Amino acid sequence: MRIRYFAWMREHTGCSEEQLALPAAVLTVSDLIDHLSSVSDGHALALKNRKTVRVAVNLTFAAPDTPLCDTDEVAFFPPVTGG
Amino acid sequence: MIAACKIDISVGEDDFDSAVELEKLRSAGVGAIASFTGIVRDEATGPALIALTLEHYPEMTTSQLRKIAEQAADRWQLGAVIICHRVGRLLPEDNIVFVGTSSAHRKAAFDACAFIMDYLKTEAPFWKKEETTQGTRWIDARISDDEALKKW
Repeated sequence: MRIRYFAWMREHTGCSEEQLALPAAVLTVSDLIDHLSSVSDGHALALKNRKTVRVAVNLTFAAPDTPLCDTDEVAFFPPVTGG
Repeated sequence: MIAACKIDISVGEDDFDSAVELEKLRSAGVGAIASFTGIVRDEATGPALIALTLEHYPEMTTSQLRKIAEQAADRWQLGAVIICHRVGRLLPEDNIVFVGTSSAHRKAAFDACAFIMDYLKTEAPFWKKEETTQGTRWIDARISDDEALKKW
């Protein structure tokens, strides 16, 4: 699975993307956030406030209960501020 | 009579010329053209702004902008929609975004343009970082931008 981080979440995790073999216990976006939060302090900080975590699965906005599979691309980013 | 809506999306570091984009919106059957141009202000949320850097999620940005334009075209009878959005480091007075819409009548053109901007503000994956005389910071999303969607 390809994981991507943007804006200040990228700065906290220290990487713009990483590969992850999807653990068997991770079934949804919410599970993935729990799992990634244990990777490093930076990851935990990036994903700490669930209200500010926006998630896209395969380029489409996703919800905490969106199911995942190993071939998905999952992106984490803060609320958008374009325009 | 207007045929199917033409949608043109461009995202990149290069500047755009609003006048050139507006000309592209003219076509047979079009009686109204509306547009919005967003420009970098020289004031940050506090101290003076030096530059604004826009980051985005390239693969998702274009598809999201297209989705928003298609939603507008489903809702109003439009001749064309043009969206140009810049990324990278921008200076005060630089262009950031252009949205242009054409239609037979003004209401559809005005409303579709405002609709696209409101959705772009909340659903297109761009993030702004301010560089000021007192350091850098990521700009927070505004609750008022989410509120703006309720009117649609």
